[in-house]
Order: sequence, then structure tokens, then C-alpha cells
Amino acid sequence: MKIGLFIPCYVNQLYPNAAIATLELLQKLGADVSYPSKQTCCGQPMANSGYEHLTQSCNDLFVENFSGFDYIVAPSASCVLHVKDHLHSHANEAAATEIRGKIYELVEFLTDVLKIEKLDAHFPHKVGIHQSCHGLRGLHLAQMSELVAPDFSKPRHLLNMVSGLELTELDRVDECCGFGGLFCIAEEAVSVKMGKDRITDHTKHGAEYITSPDLSCLMHMEGILQRNKSKVKIIHIAEILNSSSIKA
Amino acid sequence: MSTREKILAAVKKNQPPLSALPDISVFKVHEEDVVKKYSEMFAGIGGLLVSAGSLETVKDLVRKDFDQSKRILSNIPALSDVAEISDSDADPHTLEDVELAIIEARLAVAENGAVWLTEDVMGHRVLPYIAQHLAVIVREDSIVSTMHDAYAKIATEDYGFGGFIGGPSKTADIEQALVLGAHGPLSMTVYLIK
Amino acid sequence: MKSTLDHAALAEEFNKDEERVDWHDGALWWIRQKRDRSAHQTPQWEELREAASAIKSNVISNLHDYLIQFEENLKKNGVKVYWASDAEEHNQIVYSILKAKEIKQMVKSKSMLTEECHLNEFLEERGIEVINSDLGEYIQQIDNEPPSHIVLPCIHKRKEEIGELFHEHLGTEKGLSDPTLLTRVARKHLRNVFLTRRAALTGVNFAVAETGEYVVCTNEGNADMGAHLSEVQIASMGLEKIIPERKHLGVFLRLLARSAIGQPITIYSSHYKKPRPGQEMHLILVDKGRSNLLARPDFRESLKCIKCGGCMNTCPVYRKSGGLSYHNTISGPIGAILAPNLDMKKHADLPFASTLCGSCSNVCPVKIPIHDQLYKWRQEIVKQGYSASRKTFSMKAMALTLSSPEIYKTAGKTGRWLLNNAPFAINNKFNPWYKQRDMPDSSQQSFGEWYAKNGSKK
Repeated sequence: MKIGLFIPCYVNQLYPNAAIATLELLQKLGADVSYPSKQTCCGQPMANSGYEHLTQSCNDLFVENFSGFDYIVAPSASCVLHVKDHLHSHANEAAATEIRGKIYELVEFLTDVLKIEKLDAHFPHKVGIHQSCHGLRGLHLAQMSELVAPDFSKPRHLLNMVSGLELTELDRVDECCGFGGLFCIAEEAVSVKMGKDRITDHTKHGAEYITSPDLSCLMHMEGILQRNKSKVKIIHIAEILNSSSIKA
Repeated sequence: MSTREKILAAVKKNQPPLSALPDISVFKVHEEDVVKKYSEMFAGIGGLLVSAGSLETVKDLVRKDFDQSKRILSNIPALSDVAEISDSDADPHTLEDVELAIIEARLAVAENGAVWLTEDVMGHRVLPYIAQHLAVIVREDSIVSTMHDAYAKIATEDYGFGGFIGGPSKTADIEQALVLGAHGPLSMTVYLIK
Repeated sequence: MKSTLDHAALAEEFNKDEERVDWHDGALWWIRQKRDRSAHQTPQWEELREAASAIKSNVISNLHDYLIQFEENLKKNGVKVYWASDAEEHNQIVYSILKAKEIKQMVKSKSMLTEECHLNEFLEERGIEVINSDLGEYIQQIDNEPPSHIVLPCIHKRKEEIGELFHEHLGTEKGLSDPTLLTRVARKHLRNVFLTRRAALTGVNFAVAETGEYVVCTNEGNADMGAHLSEVQIASMGLEKIIPERKHLGVFLRLLARSAIGQPITIYSSHYKKPRPGQEMHLILVDKGRSNLLARPDFRESLKCIKCGGCMNTCPVYRKSGGLSYHNTISGPIGAILAPNLDMKKHADLPFASTLCGSCSNVCPVKIPIHDQLYKWRQEIVKQGYSASRKTFSMKAMALTLSSPEIYKTAGKTGRWLLNNAPFAINNKFNPWYKQRDMPDSSQQSFGEWYAKNGSKK
């Protein structure tokens, strides 16, 4: 099983540890992972701003980098959803179509493809899950609170395999954090207020860490946490799932 | 081209290819006890429910619960002891001082507590809205499970005006605080009879 | 409210009072929770949404014939029918109906369409007084402000502010703010209005092609008080309010109030079919951009909307920015996809007033893919040239950077170096990120750099 590792632009630049954890975790689980070094971005920042028409060469580059793998895996629900919904290529639409069907966000890859049932991980902390909207309502990583349908949560399923970890509750289980791509700049006031309120929901239930399959949401909340000198930390789910029991 | 023709032409030109209607006969709820369900729902929405059993008992209850010195109007001849029988030709404005209107429901719906009234049972269209208090007689065998069943019973009946009424009039426009008695009745009582 | 500020600026204003934002957010979230409970208690809820959506798809695809059928039945029922292309034509029709009867005062129940048409202002300029009878709309009217929510028009107002308005306009005691007492005062005042108005106008929730009847839903009973006491009853409706058959009301009436406020049905669901003896009934079919919206395949599904307001209650941006920030009669997510069809330039900001979280689409009783349409409107707005040239420039620079691995690597390094070594260049008040958030730590090497050194060793 050949896996192409897609590390989105801002994760590559700002959260290398989450990327390293993703790579190590996949390798630990026996996967043959490689990282195409010419990759950049999925093009979502432009597309969500109304400039999808400018993403063509970005898309072509993506297709060039990720053709030929059995699976493409990324530690970012939002970027994966964008590729699934919007990756097209004039140069090679057949390859783009194949990629759209083969790309997985890390959590769903672990639960749906590798179908892992146990993990050798230890993380003795209280952790709150932030359901990123694109992971939740786009990739259906968990049941959406609006629907009348059976409950499930892939991130929770994985985190329950981690020894020492205690999941904390939320009043609003899947409310948006207000990141929203360029929304966080264009609508700064609302964006920050939404982020603050999400954080309060986590902290009042005693979370020491807020985790998520999406670092963009976490980056936004981290900015607010640090500005307010909070002790609460953000951590990508890959880093928890990869946390070794020896370290503890 | 008239406005009508212009609009219709634009609609015809722009509407997408025909998409079929869904089968809505799949919405079936088999309520074990519609009377019980109805009673719970109606109470839940702020209504007062009394199992009266018969119209005779209703008369006693009206005498007990409402001020007889005020105007009580009904279109049910059997209640003429306790209510003035309404005159459907009267100017609706003359109903301004009605304290209590008593109307017999055509049917009632268990899933939401609503009753279905048509203008022939109302006596006058404005009556169930303008009265300070509304009382509705519901025959237990007229209760259906859902709105689908209600419309199946109403079928193609012709009426000038009909309405579902599901409780006393209410508003929560001021800070979401529930207030019963907005513009319509301040209270609604259902008398269940066999 | 006349304003040239965009949503972001108005939302920033709204956020200056955080306690009010929390209160507003909490009030609407409470309604969302009531909606959830109500949906969970309804068997086959998701199937009902699916059916409602399919019925509306059929309506959209067969609207021409349904309109003709509806009109024929209206006429058979003794209702006079009018057609209006736009607001001006609609308002003129209402005016001419009133003028023919020499009517100078009208009472109106909730109708977003007439709000959009600015009917009240039009009639007032011609010497006709209009009073809105829905309590929330009445409050907004005396405050000279548009509704901030289609179902809860004054959800953004505190009871003390309403008390002050009542003191000023209805002579209540200063400081009176108890909701029950204020409602009683309005009840008394508006009862007199209902009893003295010869004309009443209502909106339309559903218009049944098969029978020619139309259904109006309220909780207050104001539509019925107005209509049944009037000698001239007028209804204004958008073309899209048609449903094929009476039995379809069963589907929509089960969904509407539950989606709106978590109530099993509105207190009043009134089926108006024929005028009572001595009364006139008039119905105006209004296009106002609807036929144009039908021509937009990406957006025509927004015509399915039954105006429950559920998308507003669930939208975190709406809850934390307030309906008036949308500077449009219909606010929130549904307003943001309906408004650009009417005036793309004026409403170019609205599709961007969203994080595309998708909660709106999930609560929508007719399954309009609202967040997908927001995304598509963004593309359309940029294509039509309604986005700032500064933004286009930076997007082009971003596209160039991201399509070249070499430029990308250099830019990434530069970005991190700047964050690390020259925080003054980025961490200042001109950077909206930094205003209330710290910058991410950028002291480490990138994953790409790490992988080049360590990746192959693993």
C-alpha cells in the first residue's frame, strides 16, 4: 500500500510536529509512506474567496505530485474536503478524478481503511474534541448534531484507544470556531468572538488540551489562547495518537 | 405584453425539466393511543384539557369555569342553556365583547394538539380569534395521528375558510419570554367528549 | 436603517457590546435546541425534509402550470388576482385597491415580501397609514428599524429598550419592561386597530394550486384578526409560495414551526379560500427576481425556502453579528444567498459573511444546500467584478506562489523569518489576525525541510 503524504501549506510551515507525527504514526502502522517534495497547497484559500478560477495551475501541480499512489492521506480535514469537492485538471482530469476518490483525512484513513482497533499510545490529559466543520459536515467524521440520525464519532473512537486520556464534554458539541479561512481576517470581530466562545466551552469543562483533525481551527484558537495567557494548549489529533507510552 | 404574460413567459423559459412529486403516503404513524397523545401535546402547548365525557358535563364546566355575566357565544344548539347561539349574518365587529366562544372541532390532531375548524362550525370566521377565551369540543373518535391523516380526512372538502388552531394565541417577541394571549384568545380549553 | 457599511463593519459595531452578543447568541441557540428536540420527537424527520424538498423541486419545475391553475381556482373562489413584476408595480396595485375604496388606514400582518417592497413607506407617502400587527414587527416599526430576523423581528432588542419605546409611543409608565405587561398593552392598542381598519394585508405561507386556497401561519392570531374584521383583504405572495395539492400542506405544516421555533405547529394555520359575504379578497402574485432566479441553475433551489428562519438560529455568524448587520430585509444565511440575485453589487459582501460551516443546510426543512450556494455566489461575485481589486491582486500573487514549488519554498521561509525576526512588520494593528490573536510560532524548520534531512532515514 503506497501512501502519498499531503502536508498542507500552513501545516508544513507552522506545524511541522503534526506532520511528523502523521508520518510516524502511519509508518508505525506499517504503511509505506512518501512525501512528494514539490507539493504546495490544495488551493482552498483562493477558491473559498471566490477565486476558484485561479486555482488551475495549483490543481495541476497537485495532480502531478499525487498521481500513482494507492491512497493520499493528509492531517487536515478541510484541505481534504476541498480536494474531494473541487480538484479538477484540464491537463489530466482522469488523474484528478482518481485522486478525489483516493484522498483521505488521517482520522478516516485510520478508522475506515486501516480499520485500527487498538493503539499503543499514552496521553494522560483531559482533552476536548473540536469537530472541524469540514471534517464533520463535509467528511462526516462524526454525526452532525442537526440531524436526526444515530450518533458516532471517528475521532472519539480513536481517542478512546489512547491510555490515560480523558475526553471532556461540550455544551455545543459541533459549533464552528470561526476560523473560516480568510473569514478570520475579513470578519475579524465575529471570528474572534466565535473562537473565544468555543474555547470557553472547552475550558469550563476542564479540558487541558483542545484537539482536532484540523489545524486551521486550532491555529485560530491557539492565537486567542496565547493572547489571553491561557494554560490550555492545542494539539493535532495525530500528535496524541502518536504519543508514545514510553515517554509517559 | 401584460405583466402576467411577461412573468409566465419568463417562468416557462427558465424553469428546469419536470421533476416528479414524491410519494407522501409513506408517512404513517401508528399511534397506540391517540387520545392520550393528543392530551399530552395539547397540554404541552399551553392548552387546558378536560375529559368532559358529554355535552351535559360541558355545560356544567362552562358554568363553573366562566363568568356567566359575560358574553358566551356558540354555534352548538345543545349548549343554548349556557351560550348565546351565534348569528352568522352579524357584523364581525359586534363580536368584540365575546368572553368565551365554544366551537365543536371537525377533527383534532394528536401529534400537535391542534383542532381543525371550518367556518360553518365557527358560526363566524372571526369568532375563535376575537373571543377572550376559546373552548373547543373534541369528540375522541375525531382525533387523528398526524397532519397527513388530517388532510386525508379533509380531502377535497369545499370551505370558504378553515383553520387549525393549536392553543391559546401566544408571542415570544419580547426577549423570547412566552406570553399567552397575544392578539387572539388568552386561553384555550378542549373538552373531550365520547 | 440606511447604511453604507458592509457586514464586517456592522458586525464589528455589534461586537463592541460583548454582553449583548452573548445574550443574543444564547437566545437564538436556545431556539436551535428547541428545534432539535422537536425534530427528534418527530418520526421520519429526515424523510419529511426529503419529501418537502422533492415537492418544492416539482414546484420549481412546473411553476408555470401551477401558477395558471392557482389563478383559475382563485377566480373560481371569487378572489381577484393581480400580477406584479417588481416592488413598484406591487405597491401601485395595493394603492389602487385601497384608493378605489377610499381607504386611508390598513393593518398588515407579517410579510417579508412587502418589507422588501417597502410598501409601508410607499403608502405613507400617499397618505395611507399602515400598522404592522405582528408584535415584533410593530415594535420594529415604531422604532423605525427593519426586522432583524424573519420569524423573530426584534430578537436583538432588550426588554428595557422595548419598554422605553412603549413609554414613548404608547404612554406606558417609564421603566416598565415586563414582557407580559408590555404584551397586554400592545394587545389592547392593536385590538382597537383591528376593529377600526377596513383593509388588512397578509403574507402567504403556502398557496395551493389545486384548490386556490392560501395558508397563513401565525402564533399571535394577528393575521386572522385583521383579515376577518376587514372589508378588503389583500394577500401578497412571491411566485415560489405555490404548492401542488392540499395534502402537501401536511408535509410543510409538520416541518415549518418545528424548524422555526421547535413548536409542533403554529398556533394558527389559516386556510383562506373565499371572501365572506360583503368582503373583497385580492391576491397579488409578485415576481421580483423570482423568474430570474429560476434561470440560475446553481441558485434556483433557494426558491424552495419556506421562511422558517432555522438557518439564522443555527448560524454562529448570525448569532454573533445580529440580523441588522446583513443590511437586507432577509438576513442570515438564506438572506445571503437570496440578496445577490436581486442586487449583486449591493450585497457582494453577504456570501462572505459565513465560515461555510454548513449547519444551515442541515437544519433547512427543504434541504437547500445553503453553504454550497454561498460558495458559488462567491465565485459569481468575483467573476462579475464585484470584489475589491486589492483582493484580486493578492489572490493572483497567492495563486502564483502556490503553483510554483520553488517560489513557495522561498515565500514560506520569508514568511517564517519575518514572523520570527521582524514581528513589528506583522504584529501590528493593521494585521487583523494580530488584533486579538497571537501569531503562530514560526521558529521551527518546515516539515519539508525536516523531511529532506530525516525522512529517508525512517
